[in-house]
This record gives sequence, structure tokens and C-alpha cells, in this order.
Amino acid sequence: MLELTGLIPAIPFFSFLLLAIFGPRMARRAVSIIGAGSIGASAVISGIVTASFISAPPADWSYHQVIWQWMSVSGFQADIGFYLDALSVVMVLVITFVAFLIHVYSTEYMEGDEGYSRFFAYMNLFVASMVTLVLADNLLLLYLGWEGVGLCSYLLIGFWYSDPVNGRAARKAFIVTRVGDTSMVIGLFLIFDRLGTLNLQELMHRATLQWPVGAAVAVAAAALLLGGAVGKSAQLPLQTWLPDAMAGPTPTSALIHAATMVTAGVYLIARTHVLFSLAPPVMLAVAVIGAATLLLAGCSALTQRDIKRVLAYSTISQIGYMFLALGVGAWSAAIFHFMTHAFFKALLFLAAGAVIQAQHEEHDIFKMGGLRRMIPITFWAFLISGCALAGLPLITAGFYSKGMILWGAWSSPQGGPALWIAGLVGVLLTSLYIFRVIFVAFFGQAQIPVEHPPRLAKNLPMVVLSALSIGAGWVNLPSYLGNKLWLNDVLYTALPKVAERQVGWITEDWSEGIITAAFALGLLLAYELYLRRRDATRPLTENALGRAIHEFWYADWGFDFVYDKLFVAPVVWFAQVDKSDFIDKFYDGVAAVSRACYRALSATESGRMRWYAASIVGGTVVFIFIVLVL
Amino acid sequence: MILIWFIGILLAGGIACWIAARWSAPVCRWIALGATIADFVLSLALWVRSYPVNLLQQQEWLRQVNWNWFPDAGIHFHLAIDGLSLLLVVLTFFLGIVSVLASWTEIREGVGFFHLNLLWVLAGITGVFLAVDLFLFYFAWELMLIPMYFLIAIWGHERRVYAAVKFFLFTQLSGLLMLISILALYMIHHSATGVYTFEYSELIGTSMPLHTAIWVMLGFFIAFAVKLPMVPFHTWLPDAHTEASTAGSVILAGLLLKTGAYGLLRFVVPLFPAAAHWFSPIATVLAAIGIIYGAVLAFGQTDLKRLVAYTSVSHLGFVLLAIFVWNKLALEGALITIIAHGISTGALFVLVGGLQERIHTREMDRMGGLWHTIPRLSGAAMFFAMASIGLPGLGDFVGEFLILLGTYKVSVGLAVAAAIGVLASTLYGLKFIQRAFHGSNVHHWELHDLFAREVVIIAPMIVILLWLGLFPRPVLNTFVPAMQKLQEQAARQYQAYERGQP
Amino acid sequence: MFALGTIGLLVRRNLVFTLMSIEIMLNAAGLAFIVAGAHWMQADGQVMFLFILAMAASEVSVGLALLLRLYHQHGVLDTDSASEMKG
Repeated sequence: MLELTGLIPAIPFFSFLLLAIFGPRMARRAVSIIGAGSIGASAVISGIVTASFISAPPADWSYHQVIWQWMSVSGFQADIGFYLDALSVVMVLVITFVAFLIHVYSTEYMEGDEGYSRFFAYMNLFVASMVTLVLADNLLLLYLGWEGVGLCSYLLIGFWYSDPVNGRAARKAFIVTRVGDTSMVIGLFLIFDRLGTLNLQELMHRATLQWPVGAAVAVAAAALLLGGAVGKSAQLPLQTWLPDAMAGPTPTSALIHAATMVTAGVYLIARTHVLFSLAPPVMLAVAVIGAATLLLAGCSALTQRDIKRVLAYSTISQIGYMFLALGVGAWSAAIFHFMTHAFFKALLFLAAGAVIQAQHEEHDIFKMGGLRRMIPITFWAFLISGCALAGLPLITAGFYSKGMILWGAWSSPQGGPALWIAGLVGVLLTSLYIFRVIFVAFFGQAQIPVEHPPRLAKNLPMVVLSALSIGAGWVNLPSYLGNKLWLNDVLYTALPKVAERQVGWITEDWSEGIITAAFALGLLLAYELYLRRRDATRPLTENALGRAIHEFWYADWGFDFVYDKLFVAPVVWFAQVDKSDFIDKFYDGVAAVSRACYRALSATESGRMRWYAASIVGGTVVFIFIVLVL
Repeated sequence: MILIWFIGILLAGGIACWIAARWSAPVCRWIALGATIADFVLSLALWVRSYPVNLLQQQEWLRQVNWNWFPDAGIHFHLAIDGLSLLLVVLTFFLGIVSVLASWTEIREGVGFFHLNLLWVLAGITGVFLAVDLFLFYFAWELMLIPMYFLIAIWGHERRVYAAVKFFLFTQLSGLLMLISILALYMIHHSATGVYTFEYSELIGTSMPLHTAIWVMLGFFIAFAVKLPMVPFHTWLPDAHTEASTAGSVILAGLLLKTGAYGLLRFVVPLFPAAAHWFSPIATVLAAIGIIYGAVLAFGQTDLKRLVAYTSVSHLGFVLLAIFVWNKLALEGALITIIAHGISTGALFVLVGGLQERIHTREMDRMGGLWHTIPRLSGAAMFFAMASIGLPGLGDFVGEFLILLGTYKVSVGLAVAAAIGVLASTLYGLKFIQRAFHGSNVHHWELHDLFAREVVIIAPMIVILLWLGLFPRPVLNTFVPAMQKLQEQAARQYQAYERGQP
Repeated sequence: MFALGTIGLLVRRNLVFTLMSIEIMLNAAGLAFIVAGAHWMQADGQVMFLFILAMAASEVSVGLALLLRLYHQHGVLDTDSASEMKG
């Protein structure tokens, strides 16, 4: 059954073509069925392939399918080929399933929009590209999927193109991620130049043979790939595009900017883990970037008023956790968190979308209130996913995955207390900011009456994802609950195990306990500040220092400002100043000189006979002089 | 003989058009269309028949025509075609069909003379790609010039005379330098072997001291560099492209620029490999500068057509880079880029020209929100803009990636600079879409979406770009034997030169 | 004498005087020929003078015709006024 793998990206791609060409003329129903149905088909096939893979695993736990030979040029070969192993199986399953739920949700969310078929076309193309990215057997095909998702992200962020603000956000996303992509593509050149291939398994094999650990070329290659990952996954220093990307429709944010595209960087690092393992400085960088980002974004999330922007910063922060896991060598923990995060973050966004549409397109949480009685299913969805995000012990998925990451940060040979503490502070921040949103928007007095409460197409996916947000963590039960790491066992066939060592007296149970305490502290603080006494935070933000910090965190720690001054403004200035191309001035100068010569010489054609006679006489005299003297 | 047909149909068709237009303009257009389609079909037939790879590899030339012209001076009427020229000739006729169709409603006065010039410029271009006798090559080079001048000067836009004269002066002067070089080569060959000949295959291998070779090469190089165009000789291009009519721009961008690339591939490096090797640091650095400078300048334009024009400077910088890097990967990438750029930029000009016909302006400030009223044209424009910025899956990416891969082997710095150029291209691509098609329809345009005629032009171009992007093998297979021949010739010459060194 | 004629040609603006200066130059040349012929005892000098005489006569007639035309066109006999070929 594994041969069906090729269909997983193919079906959404053909659906895209169909919708792009004929969409505007099709009935809404047809578009919904084709748009969501194609992803559903993909999800079903992924399920079949996964079941087949796990129940009857192929030799060496890997399966390779080549569709056709893309390029074979003087020693460089790249195919359109798909590689299936535990890592890609997990990714594809999660991606297609979550995507399907989001597409179903979108059939109701986007029903009033005149770009209905265009939306589904773009979303389908996105899923096709993302699946290609994940299944690619070589870096060039992966790069094709990579850029494809970048393109779709641009198209979808700027979906409501009439508003130039959306266009600016879309452009910012595309350009910032492309900066990362440029770094990645240079990495591709380096890898091909030194290893002679871009086929993933082949290149990793050759790297282990040819490059010693810590070799400069390995560090360079891994660092360049990291550049690409950082751009796509919105980590420091390329995280500035994600908050603005919330300008797109909420299902887009759910799919692209929560569950899938932003995790492409995580996937890339996990997929090329051999290269990263050969470059310890880069691994450290990954972990440090992850830790720094999760803190930074957590602080920024605390100050946001727009419900989607809170979730955007939350995404940046959670991906920071995944990077942290990758950086300390806890590969499967990162993928575990990817899975749980896909479920609860998508659910958070879907619920937020339901809230926004129920509140007359209002995004500001401080203008909302009392929603828990008015849209109960949405409230419970948001609450469950919020708890999963914060890590409510035992009954939410996020608890298990985050716990595993933090334990890895503490116990891995590349980890250490500093990283663990950063993660811990992050837990506190997460708990605080998400409960802030819950208490402010869902509790208290209702301010805006509800219109368009969510119906079946929105509610059903939310319910399903809620169940997953609760139960998805149980595939990996930690040591104090029986140590049944089913998911990890599957992943270990593709990714190396993280070595554990005992540091100090903290064991996994203690780690979990401290994390739970942080979670509870955050919950209590949020309760105090936002529910019990609504303007408790006022004195904090009123004084000068508080206000300065608030503004600073609100503006994403000033990154936008710096980038604008350093990069954007000079290029724009130069382009405008040199619009008529200063090089042309040289040629205009040549033309001016020849015109001047023309004017000078034409002065000798005075038309007067005496002048001509005089010049004849003068010339004759000179000539005679020359002949006689020389 | 088929080579004579290629050129002859165009020449005869042009004259027939001119005469027919006295009675009926539509008849003239149909004759022009018929001539270009006939030539295109013939060239495709030749391609299909010659495709088996071993056939391509066995012979140096797939077809030849060699007649005496002025035998005492060593001038022959020698046309020859190999994999490289075959692909370019197919591209020529395809874009010829596109330009005839694109000017169907745009050109209203002087229809006959317009099509005469159009077909004769195509004939000149075909001649350039097919000529193997240097005198004939120069003849065809100049033949391209005059009809193009008329095409810009008579049917162009506001500053057409300025643009046409500028184009003419730049190309003519650089062509004169090439003539001097050709004659110099002729004389040197005579003094070395006692034979007067302009024949390409005999002139290869003419040995001369390095400093002489450098000067002679520079004469050729400047002619092709102006055509390509290379910074700093590129300034004729924005004006010529902007002021020409749609067909003129398509031919300029899609074909004329490629003649420069062709000349570098066919003549400059094989004839003077040592000089080219000496010159390559300068040429490659200028190419990299051109890539970035062209992209940044494109970003700064407010005239939509001028923006597209500057993108040509940027893209052909890649080709120049590849040629002077001269390794297999880069050269194959260069060929793909040549074809893909011809198609994608040609399509962009067709779309911008169609837009100009509808709203009578090229200023982006007067546009905005056009997607509301002409979604299909906007969608097509988005597709080709994405191709232009190197989206994988489309032809331009394959070419640029291969070029960069090849360049990296020679110089990391150049590859990084060129990659930054690709990043810069994102700026102009997005600006192009944003200003014209996205945003709100502040000027309240209500326009007619794509006509059937435009769909007939655009749809095949989309398919070709996708085909080049995902399945470039047939094209590459056709090119590789020709490329290998060129590389062997250059290598042999270079080794001879090295042996001659003390 | 030749020099005198040349100066006269260059300086005078009236066309009549220009023609007279040309006559002086011609006569000067003729005188030079006669003197040379007398000096070297050859008859060629006098033959040349006859040629010059004939040429001068025809030239004067053409010149006077042109002068009349110029006067007709411009109303003055100023050579500087006929500068339409300027530039």
C-alpha cells in the first residue's frame, strides 16, 4: 500500500489546478466538495500508508518512490521522488489530517466571501507543496515545496487584496522568508559542491564518512540550512513576519502559521539531523535561538490586544520550544511537540476565528467579554486548547510534549540548566498570556452581542481537535506514568535517541513537578490580574518604566524598527534616487559633448563668402609654409 | 535546404505582407501569421527528426548550406545548425507567432510595413543564429538592426524616436567594433596560414599572442555585451523596451538579447579561450553587479513596462556569469535561462502591452486593484512574475539554480552575490503584482478580461514554462552535444596556447 | 600686388570692389609670368598672360551677372548679406 504515497501530494495539486481554472464558474457546493474533499482523500491515504508502514514496516523502515527524473545534468541529479520513513510518516499524517479539518471549517468560515474558489485553490496548492516538502527525497525537491509553501503563504496572507495593509504583510512575509531561503540555497550549493549529491539519505551518509565532527564545512552547511529554517519557522532573527501575517483569513493562520508551514524549519533540521550532529556549534546555536525566541515571543504575547496576534507570538514561542529540543538532540521530542502543537494551536486559531466572526469581526480582546455563555462549544474548545498550550498536567497533550522537551533540555549532554530554566520561565509566560486571553474574552461582562454563532462545519472540527488536544499526549507516556513511549519508539527508527544523564538531583518527575508549579503560578497570576480585578495591570503599565517595557515588548522587541532602518529604507531610497540610472548620465554626457562639438563646428559655417575666402587664403599660406620649411 | 526555407519564408512573407496591405490589412496579418507558423512547424519537425541523441552527437552540424559568394575573399554563404542554434531558432519562430498575434489589434497604421519589418527582423535573427561564415554573420547582425529601428521609431510610444536612435547608435557602434575584430581575425589568419577565409570552423584555432587575442576578443565581446546587455552598456535597453510596441518588446527581450548570449557562446569563448579566461574575472564580476543592480533598479521604477525591461538586465546577468564560468552545469543552466527568460519576459510584455491597450497608460500609480476586473489577466501576470523571480517548478528556477551551482564551483563569492540577486528579484516581482493588480480599484477601471487571441498566446507559454521547470530533459539533451563541441574546441585551443607558453 | 589684391578681397564688402580685387590678383599673376618669361628668355610667359586675360574676361562677365542677381535679390551689394548657407 505504500505505493499510494505519490497520491498524497498529487491529489491536492490536481484539485488546485481544477479550482484555479474552473473555480470561478463552479457552484459553491462543488468547490467545497472538491476543495475539502481532496484534502480528505489525502488524509485517508496518509492514514492507509501510515497503518501499512507501522504494521508491515518495509526493509530498514524506509520506502523510496521515484516518480520521474527531474534533472540529470553533468553529475547533478535530482528526481521527483518521495521518501517515506517514520519522520515523514508522522509529519504527513498530522499535516493532512489537520489540513482536512481546517478545510472543513473553512467551508463555513469563508462562505460569505467572493473569492471562495480562489481560497480553496490556494489552500490546496499549499497542502500539495507542504506534503512535497515533507516527502521529498532530495533537497532540491524539498526546496521546491519550501518555496511553494512560501508562495501560498504570500497569496493567502494577501488574500483580501483590496486592502494594501494585507499586501504589505504578505510582501513582508515573502521577503523575510526569502532571506532565509537564500541562506538555505547557498547551503545547497555548498553541500553539492562538497558531497556531490543533494539526495538526503545519500548526502548524510557521505557526510558522516567525509566530515569529522566539528569540521568547518559541516558547520557552514548546517549554519546555512539553519538560516533557512529560522526564516520559515519565524525564529530569531527572522521572526518579524509572523505577527503581521495574521492579516490573512483565520483558517490560513490556523493551517499555515500554526500547524504546518512554520514547522517546515523544524522538519528540515530533523531531516538533516546528521549534518547538525556533525556541527556542535550550530546545534548550540539552534538551542540558544530556540530558548531566546520562546522567551522573547512569550513576553510580546503578554502585551498584545489582538487575539490573533497573541496566538501568533505564541506560535513563535512554541516553535522556539521545538528548536530548543532539536538543539539539545531531543529530536523525537521536537516532533512530538510538533504534533501536539499542530492540534492545539490549530484549534486555538479556529476557535479564535469563530470568536472573531461571532463578534462582528472584532479582534481586540478587551472589547469582548462573557463569551463562555454565548458560544459554549467555542469556549470549551478555546479553553481546552489553551490548557494544552499552557500544559495542564496529565489531561492535555501539551503537558506531555513540553515536559519531554524540558526534560531533554536538562538531561541531554548538550543541554543544561540554563536552557531548562529558560523553558521553565516560558511555561510561566505561556500560562499567563493564554489565560489572560481566556479570562478577558470569555469571562466577565458581555460587550458585543453574538452574531453568526458557529454551526456544524465549524464546530465539528473544533470538537475533534479538542479530543486530540486532550488525548494526543498519551502516545508518549513518560517514566513516572509507565514509560510507554510508543511514538518515540516509532520515531527512533528514523531519528537518533537523545542520551540522558543525571544532573544533580532533578529527575524527570521533579522536572514535571516544577513545570506544573510554573503553570499553576501563571494561571493564578492571570486569574488575579484579569479576572478578579480587571484593571490590576493598570498601575504596572501606567508608570514610565512599565510603559516603556510594554511598548518595547508590543513592538516585538524593536526588530521591525531596526530592520526598517538598516535594510528596507536604504534599498528603497537607492531605488528611488537611481530611478533613471546614473550610468545613463555617462551616455547622456557623450551625447551632450557631441552636440557641443556640433555647435562649435557649425560656427565655422558662417555662410559668409569673405570668411570662406579668408580660410582658403590662410590654409594656402600654412600649406606653403609646411612645404617650404618641412 | 531547410535552413534556406527558414529565412526565405520570412523574407518572402514580409514582402507579400507589404504588398497585400495595400488592399487589405487583415490579409496581411494572416500572411504574417502563416509565415511564422509555417517556419515554427518546420523547425519543430527538424527538432523531432534530429532528436535521437546519438544523432545529435555524431555530427557537428545537423544541417548545412554552403554556397560560394565571393570565394576570392573567402566569403561563403554558409548556414549551419546544431543543437544550440536549433533550440534558439525554435524559440525565434515561437516568439514570432506570439508577436504577430500580440500586434493583431494594436497596430492600425502602416500595417504592411510593420509586418515587413517584423518578419525581416526575425529573418535577421534567424540568420544570426544560423550563420557560420563571419561575414554572413555580420551581415545578419546588421540586418537585424534597421527593421528593429523602424519598429521602435514608427510604432512605438511617446519617446520612441529617442529610444530608437539610442538603440541604433549603441548597437551599430558596438557592431562596428565587431567588424574591426572580424577583419583583424581575417588578417591574422591570413598572415598565419596564407588563406583568406571568414569560415568559422577554419578560424577556430588561429593562434595569436595573448595581448592581440585580448583586443580582438574585446571587439566581439563589446558587441555582444551591449546586446546582452551587460552593465554598464545596458542603458539603451530600458528605453528601447519601454517605447517599443508590444511585438517590438517581445522580440527585443525574447530574441535580440539572446543573440548577444549566442554570440558569446559560439564565437567569443571558442575563438579566444585564453583571452576569455584572462577576461573572465572582470566579466563575471560585472555580471554579478548587473544581476543585483538590474533587480534593484527594476524595483525602483514606476513605469510598469520599464520595470519588466530592467528585469531582463538582471536575468541576462546570470547568462553572462554562466558563460564566463564555462563549466557544464553553468552552461546548461544558461541555455535553460535563455529559453525560459524569453518565454516569461515575452509573456510579461504581452500582458503589459495588453494592459496598456486597455487603459492607455503604463504608470503604476494609475493602476491598482485590477484583479477585481481582469482576474485572468492578473492571474497570468502573477504566474509569470513568479517565474521571473525564480519560483521552483518553473523554467527560470532550473536555469538559475544550475548556473549558481556551476558558479559556486568556481567562486563562492560570486555565487553568493548572484543568490542575493535572486533575493532582490523578489522585490520587483512583488511590487509588480502589488501595485498593478492588488490593492483597491481606486481608479474604478472596468476592463475586458483576456481575449481569446491572448489566451492562445499565454496558455502555451504557461505550459512551456511548467514543462521546462519540471521536465527539462529533452531540451538539455538537445543542447548537450553542441555544448560539448564548444567546450572541446575551446579546450583544445586553450591547451595549444598553454603549450605555446614558455 | 597679389597681396594687395587679396587684402582687398578680404576687407571690402561691396561686391564690385571684390571683383576689382580679383582683377588685381589676376593681373598680378600675369605680371609675374611676363617678368619671369623676360628673365629666362622664354615665350611661355607671354602665352600664359594671354590665357589669363581670356580667363579674366569670362570670369568678369559671369561675376557681373551674379552681381546683378545678388542686387536684385537683396537690394544691397553686400557679400555678407548672402549668408543663407550658414550653419
